[in-house]
Amino acid sequence: MRYEAPETLDAAVALLAGADGETRLLAGGTDLLVQLRAEMIEPALVVDVKRIPELCAIAAEDGGFRIGAAVTGAELGEHAALKAAWPGVVEAAELIGSTQIQGRATLGGNLCNASPAADSVPALIAAGATASIAGPHGRRQAPVEEIVTGPGETSLAKGEIVVSFLLPARPPHSSDAYLRFIPRTEMDIAVVGVGISLTLDESGTCGAARVVLGAVAERVLLVPEAAEALIGTAVDEAALARLGEAASAACRPIDDKRGTKEYRIKVAAVLARRAAQIALERARRN
Amino acid sequence: MPNDVKTGSLAPDKKLKWVGTRPLRPDGVDKVTGRAKFGADFSLPGMLIGKVLRSPHPHARIKSIDTSKAEVLPGVKAVVTRDDFHDMESEFVPAGEMLVNYRDMVRNVMAREKVLYDGHAVAAVAATSNAVAKRALKLIEVDYEPLPHVIDVLEAMEPDAPLLHEDMITAGVEPAPDKPSNVAKVVEFAIGDVEAGFAQAEVIVERTFQTKPVHQAYIEPHACVASVSEDGQAELWCTTQGHYVVRGHCARLLGMDVSKIRVTASEIGGGFGGKTVVYLEPLALALSAKACRPVKMVMSRDEVFRASGPTSGAHMRIKVGATKDGRITAAEADLKYQAGAFQGSPVQPGAMCAFAPYDLENVKVVGYDVVTNRPKVAAYRAPGAPISEYAVECVIDELARKLGLDPIDFRLANAAKEGTRAAYGPKFGPIGLVETLQEAKAHPHYTAPLGPDQGRGVASGFWFNIGGETCAALNINEDGTAALMIGTPDIGGSRASLCMMAAEELGIDLDRIRPIIADTSSLGYTFLTGGSRVTFASGMATIDAAQDAVRQLCERAAKIWEIPSDAVEWEDGYAKPAGANAGDFEPMSLAEVAKVAGKTGGPIVGHAQINAQGAGPSFGTHIVDVEVDRETGRVTVVRYTVVQDAGKAVHPAYVEGQYQGGAVQGIGWALNEEYIYGEDGRLENPGFLDYRIPVASDVPMIDTVIVEVPNPRHPYGVRGVGETPIVPPMAAITNALADALGIRFTELPMSPPKVLEAIGEAAAGG
Ligand SMILES: Cc1cc2nc3c(=O)[nH]c(=O)nc-3n(C[C@H](O)[C@H](O)[C@H](O)COP(=O)(O)OP(=O)(O)OC[C@H]3O[C@@H](n4cnc5c(N)ncnc54)[C@H](O)[C@@H]3O)c2cc1C
Repeated sequence: MRYEAPETLDAAVALLAGADGETRLLAGGTDLLVQLRAEMIEPALVVDVKRIPELCAIAAEDGGFRIGAAVTGAELGEHAALKAAWPGVVEAAELIGSTQIQGRATLGGNLCNASPAADSVPALIAAGATASIAGPHGRRQAPVEEIVTGPGETSLAKGEIVVSFLLPARPPHSSDAYLRFIPRTEMDIAVVGVGISLTLDESGTCGAARVVLGAVAERVLLVPEAAEALIGTAVDEAALARLGEAASAACRPIDDKRGTKEYRIKVAAVLARRAAQIALERARRN
Repeated sequence: MPNDVKTGSLAPDKKLKWVGTRPLRPDGVDKVTGRAKFGADFSLPGMLIGKVLRSPHPHARIKSIDTSKAEVLPGVKAVVTRDDFHDMESEFVPAGEMLVNYRDMVRNVMAREKVLYDGHAVAAVAATSNAVAKRALKLIEVDYEPLPHVIDVLEAMEPDAPLLHEDMITAGVEPAPDKPSNVAKVVEFAIGDVEAGFAQAEVIVERTFQTKPVHQAYIEPHACVASVSEDGQAELWCTTQGHYVVRGHCARLLGMDVSKIRVTASEIGGGFGGKTVVYLEPLALALSAKACRPVKMVMSRDEVFRASGPTSGAHMRIKVGATKDGRITAAEADLKYQAGAFQGSPVQPGAMCAFAPYDLENVKVVGYDVVTNRPKVAAYRAPGAPISEYAVECVIDELARKLGLDPIDFRLANAAKEGTRAAYGPKFGPIGLVETLQEAKAHPHYTAPLGPDQGRGVASGFWFNIGGETCAALNINEDGTAALMIGTPDIGGSRASLCMMAAEELGIDLDRIRPIIADTSSLGYTFLTGGSRVTFASGMATIDAAQDAVRQLCERAAKIWEIPSDAVEWEDGYAKPAGANAGDFEPMSLAEVAKVAGKTGGPIVGHAQINAQGAGPSFGTHIVDVEVDRETGRVTVVRYTVVQDAGKAVHPAYVEGQYQGGAVQGIGWALNEEYIYGEDGRLENPGFLDYRIPVASDVPMIDTVIVEVPNPRHPYGVRGVGETPIVPPMAAITNALADALGIRFTELPMSPPKVLEAIGEAAAGG
């Protein structure tokens, strides 16, 4: 296994594009090292991306934020302006692992590891985040929901690296929230995760919403029907009930050691209602 | 201060300087700085790495094993399989609180005719690196004939169940069955006449319960380094609860003289009973003997879960009857414990403990020891008791509620006391169950208001505790300091407690005594750290050794003063002339006597070699508050109080640590821990991500109350305290859930999906 730590994006892309055999990127390594040690993967080349400046910065852009794919959870949590604008994204990233894991784990790694239960992904998709991708044929932009195609599978081509995520500017009275259910309080993997972002008009009616479910299908699901249950309502009891039903209806989970189908379907509704209420409270304060 | 100490009436009136205080432990700095050497921290020049090939099948006949390709791989220095171990006679010998059979043990460390569980060892290699060892494992060809398997205890008892051992005839039934089965043994304990007792009962509760196997979940995986020389002398460093026991097992399994194996115990990162048996050690010795190089072996977490521990899962039926005024008239239990691949579940102690907290006239307990295609169970904290007492304490609680009685009052009305004859035979001496119940009832926790969706439960628990063979030596150094040598690995702070007792006896400052855990060749045979015996038994040996040293110190002073040695007294670290000679000479300190020891007869060393008798049982009562999220089924433990009799808490902080640790392990057992097997008989959750022990944020600060009803058989009144605290939590939490929801759960773990389902059924009127 070869290990490289290039300092430019071009060098990283060239290394990946020119490699024979399996390649992996090393961001925080909190998925990669576990998989290496468990002998689940045996890559020929590992490219560390932490020395590439573009992947490691948070910057304001067009009224929103551009977040490097290799920024850690701890750094996100310390960014006051980002946290104020996108509390749901930050709380999702901060849920990953423990204090120790937070010092390493990144959004890029969480997304590209392609687990259906990755915590920050529903929040990023609910936020309408766009990924900026560098590859042998230049740059492209893609909505985050288009990156993961199935467990461990992405739409990234050979040599492609996720460089950063753009979170758009926020209209007034907007906010987001992320909730997950785990049997413990920490150090666990989501049985269900729900990310919700919404915007209220001056009268308090929900004008726009995105509802995203994690861990209830082969990949994270953007559920427009669930968002429609909120749009045009005051996010009242009736709307929340319809939201829950739409969330449950969208689930297509499996029975596994982490939860039964029925359980995941029921809890998706509960978490969707609770996340919407949190996002609503936050949006009202903005 | 949340943690109080309540002293009973029998407390020794001697004024104590060290016993009962809370000094820092002598091993503490090394542990918090990372200097302490645990099992995987030993290395030797020329050392090889050993790895185990494990069965992917839950049950299969081994048709052949071909190691030829692995043997010629460059860097491979030795390969061992079943052919490297002699078969053994079937013979049960006591090991800790369990029995072991060498015929089974040799098959468990290395599969012979069949593999009996996913993870069963089939071969081991030693190579110059980890990578070479791993490659070598892949080159070993094992031809398996897969066989049908059975994981569940009730299915294993079915007449047409796949047989693990084709020759297993159930022991303990008359006449002996003529067909083999998976039931190894039936045990029965009875007093009185249960039928007559139930006929007198006005209220009867009868329920069936199920528990899942749970792992001891020590953080440190099994690890060892073995070095066998060309002339057959062996050294072994390993993480274990009992290095003398490891030495004995390895000598038997490998046909070696005991004197040729020297075992040194490393620091131990948790054991809870799971490190009282051998897994890697005989393999490492066999590999090292073949390679004539040291061999290090360390299990991965996956191997720990698949091939070591756990304790039994069980299926149980409990029936208890009482009169309306709250007197229990009869109690009955059927206990079916799964043993894993080889017989020897803790069903016997489970059966003995089931009703031990109660003073009953009519009791019948029948226990079944059943083999299944899972790893062989190992001891786990009060082996067997948490399972049976969980079921009994749930029924006791339900009965109390049916009778309209406070559950503590109901227990008090039936509680075992000094003089009560336990259903398993003996009469109890002074015991503290009543005191723990009274303290629990008086504790502010018991009457604190509950919030919405909260409930409160209580349960009591019992464990025997043991003594046993124990040595200690106390070297008095020339500067008046002392070195204490003991043979029981320190898991719970015992070095501190033992030194405190030595300081008390010698009358010198605690920091002048330095303890070590001696290796098997430096100190006489000492049984393992288990059965909550160390502070009791190694404590008694330490006290004896200190008194032996004191006797010698007095003799030396007598010699110097030229008076008879029985005219010298030892007081507060000084030899003083007494009787007719009182006041004739200036008292001599320990340091002064030690300094001139060379002129008065040579080194002063106190020795003790004892078989400690008179361990006092420990009873506890727990109170817990839970809160239920009715929409997700999540149960949160919001408040927890442990009340337990310690006899005498030598080091109260470490006693509290035992109470808290037991409660936390019990919380995991109650709420989330379980082995999950697929249809294919393979373990699906061999790691801490999906085998959910509680994390720190899952539990509240556990309050503790130490009750002290002294054990008259120990100089300071010590009872063991390490095991009882894991007995009550499962029932206490179940009873709290019944209080919160009006639903009686009869299956562990009460994980969120199961709780949510039960809430749904109850709402639907089910
Ligand atoms: C103890 C523990 C607890 C955990 N808890 C959680 C949790 O609560 N929730 C959760 O969701 N996850 C959890 N995880 C998983 C993991 O921490 C997260 O998925 C984390 O975000 C991964 O980020 P990383 O930077 O460490 O990724 P790495 O391990 O460095 O990489 C992961 C994968 O992503 C690829 N990759 C990384 N960066 C890029 C990029 N820029 N472009 C393209 N591909 C890339 C790599 O090739 C690799 O395949 C936990 C892990 C551990 C060990």
